[in-house]
Amino acid sequence: MKVEFELNGTRVGADVEARTTLADCIRDQLKQTGTHLACEHGVCGACTVLMNGQAVRSCLILAVQAQGERVVTVEGLSRDESLTPLQAAFRKHHALQCGFCTPGFITTAHALLTEEPEADEERIRDVLSGNLCRCTGYVPIIQAVLEARSAYAHKGNEE
Amino acid sequence: MRIANSYIGQPIERTEDLRFLRGRGTYVADINRPRQLTAVILRSSIAHGRLNGIDASRALQLPGVHRILTAKDFDTEIPRIALRLQPLSDLEPFHQPMIADQKVRYVGEPVAVVVAETAAIAEDALDYIAVDIEPLPVFVSREQADAALLFEQHGTNCAITWKALRGDADAAFKMAEYVRRERFKVQRHAAMFMEPRGFVADWDGQKLTVWGAAKTAWYNRRLLAASLRLPIEAVDLVEVDVGGGFGSRGEFYPEDYLIPAAAKVIGRPVKWNEDRREHMIAANHAREVECEVEIAATRHGRVLGLRGQIWSDVGAYVRTNGSVGPRNVAQYMSGPYAIENIELTSSMLLTNKTPTGTYRGPGRFETDFIRERMLDLVAKDLNIDRLELRRRNLVADRQMPYPLASITPYDSSTELDSGDYHAVFDRCLAEFDWKTKEQFSGRLIDGYYHGLAVGSFIEGGAAGPKEQARLVLEPDGTLSVYLGSSSVGQGLETIMAQIAADATEVPYEKIRVLHGSTSHVKEGYGSYHSRATVMGGSAILLAAEKLKQSIKASAAKRLGCAAEEVVLDGEQARGGNRSIAFAELIEVPIEIEAEFFNNKQTWAYGTHAAHVAVDPGTGHVKVLDYMAVEDVGRTINPATLHGQAIGSIVQGLGGAFLEHLVYDENGQLLTGSFADYLLPTASDFPKIRSLTVDLKPCPNNPLGAKGGGEGGIIPIGGIMANAVADALKHLNVQPMELPLSPPRVWALVEAAKAQLAS
Repeated sequence: MKVEFELNGTRVGADVEARTTLADCIRDQLKQTGTHLACEHGVCGACTVLMNGQAVRSCLILAVQAQGERVVTVEGLSRDESLTPLQAAFRKHHALQCGFCTPGFITTAHALLTEEPEADEERIRDVLSGNLCRCTGYVPIIQAVLEARSAYAHKGNEE
Repeated sequence: MRIANSYIGQPIERTEDLRFLRGRGTYVADINRPRQLTAVILRSSIAHGRLNGIDASRALQLPGVHRILTAKDFDTEIPRIALRLQPLSDLEPFHQPMIADQKVRYVGEPVAVVVAETAAIAEDALDYIAVDIEPLPVFVSREQADAALLFEQHGTNCAITWKALRGDADAAFKMAEYVRRERFKVQRHAAMFMEPRGFVADWDGQKLTVWGAAKTAWYNRRLLAASLRLPIEAVDLVEVDVGGGFGSRGEFYPEDYLIPAAAKVIGRPVKWNEDRREHMIAANHAREVECEVEIAATRHGRVLGLRGQIWSDVGAYVRTNGSVGPRNVAQYMSGPYAIENIELTSSMLLTNKTPTGTYRGPGRFETDFIRERMLDLVAKDLNIDRLELRRRNLVADRQMPYPLASITPYDSSTELDSGDYHAVFDRCLAEFDWKTKEQFSGRLIDGYYHGLAVGSFIEGGAAGPKEQARLVLEPDGTLSVYLGSSSVGQGLETIMAQIAADATEVPYEKIRVLHGSTSHVKEGYGSYHSRATVMGGSAILLAAEKLKQSIKASAAKRLGCAAEEVVLDGEQARGGNRSIAFAELIEVPIEIEAEFFNNKQTWAYGTHAAHVAVDPGTGHVKVLDYMAVEDVGRTINPATLHGQAIGSIVQGLGGAFLEHLVYDENGQLLTGSFADYLLPTASDFPKIRSLTVDLKPCPNNPLGAKGGGEGGIIPIGGIMANAVADALKHLNVQPMELPLSPPRVWALVEAAKAQLAS
């Protein structure tokens, strides 16, 4: 069946089976491979994308559920060659090693700080506890997100 | 003139991050080839049985299914996976076949490969394949004795027994004033890197190219070529971005053969990516040991000897590096302490579970749990302060180099190369502020009992025999560094560029690091045993020296002076009173190769201290503070090093508290998802501190560096168990088994209360 939605600012369409997940549709058919699959059962958060600004697990959403919606993946967060303040903070604090879980952390943290730019450390840890990272031990990720808060302070609900 | 490069020692931001942060990395699941088909693997759902037949006829009728391959389709005789490390002939009977051909020995063992248009179709087909397996009795724990034999001809489920020897343990125990014997257990858990394994294999009729290599591409290439009866030049393994390794990824698994072989049989590119459940039953497990060990000491707490028997559950086959853990647990039990008399045996026990291999700090995590627990028991029994006890036993600087126990049957001797163990011990206590925190030991505050613990460890690195580097300086002044080292996510491109920049004086931005693919150098070794920085980095230094000599020689001719008079600054050569730019001097690329040989391990070392709080009502343990200090000889990039240290510590805390691969009596894995197998999350262990010092450069390599990628994980089991014991000392709770899960700690508390009441 046909599905159409907005992906990183562009109208896209795909011909999918009813059972095709949004993650597989984005990766295999729309060739945006920044969204990663690490568990495919909704626990690790690596596949997190933004749907209408909300962080969702694209391995648990069917592609057809995205019909008419606005989807943003990690590729859609930085529009030019530079890093966003959140991405730059990750780099500065060495908040990634192998990089595989990173897109999910970036999208999750982006959604959190967009809605709650003043989130405190406990809140950040609580929200990010839905994403698994095996390399960093999370300490530098939390530092990076804390530092990136200032960039979201008066930005409003922009993606 | 330019200022000399000094990148080594700086927390340089990583080159890799620019692509990873924007979703532009290329992992193996992102690779696709024209006309590609997708494979899924049918795995045994029975832990032990005779494979009588497979009927795939119904599955083949599904539209989109191309082939279903079983053992007979691959070869007349199915190749076995040879051991990469400690390749003892006594272990040959236990090598895993690439696909089950007669028996299945664990749940998850491959029995067929379905190749279809899409993964979804291939997965549908799995349900239509009828597998006839005649079940056999299952052997999953040592208590069952040899109730079922995995390899009938062998007559026992014990593969081999390692023996670590030093001095005369029996004599030491005979004369010792104090002896204590204890049993310990460490649970089965695993590396559990985030990116599932995968391959894309493409056979063009003459050449086989396989994307998805990691860790040890050159060894795997040799084994793959031999298994497919191809000349080695006909096989290329390509390393793309790799989502974590920790010892497990990159070893040669059945799929390393099955996917390329399927591509060759079918004549079309074949792609395979495992899912998480599959990963949990297919990729190496680790760490499952139990032991009965004795410690002997003088009444002043000077440890005289270690003696005992260890059993390592290695699962159904002995895989590529399956001996490393069982060997290490015996050979390195003395750790950083001067223990002169050792007699420890470590038996590799074959069971109907997923085979095992190395996981960060293999054998060391386990053995440090055992040793550090025993040291605290000695301190308690002899009424000696536990800090003082450790100070009395740490190897002293003047004792270096200090030989460790020898090991058989695959002999290897090693000695601690250098270090000021006492200085790092005291530094850790100072950074941790032990003096102030000591008052919390055993205290009940707001419903939590507080406990402290400290432990020291050694971390072996830089396995030989060698590593290769190839430098290519282009006429435009860019330098390409080709390496046998591989990246598993540790920041290799950045670290190696730092080393190359300092060694060649080429500007950092003009250096490109290419690694891990078999086309890069003739014979690489890869990244394991904390070896990449030392081995690959030292090879770069040697190559850089040759490169500079070559440039100086050609510059001398142009400048009309002697080569010794030429000075290079990375962009130009000066000599006499003239100078010449590289761009003018270098007309064709200059290519230099070098090899660094090493037969001595590096020995980083450190001390960790922790403060925990135990809820006696639930058994939950909070880690309030964790301080790690390690001496790695020479730090290349403190940011990446601390990153690895902290990440390693949190992995270790996972192993100490959460992670457990649980099997039932039928050999079924009960914890096959992330909902059942708990990894640490962002809210579990917020306060972890790491400090690295460069006190004692390694005397055995030109960098002076020591491998430091694993250290963080090594002492954690022992430290956490000791901290829990300290918190609950009023009850004399003594944990002898990991993980320290809430139910286990709660049960210990309840048992101790009952004991006190009776």
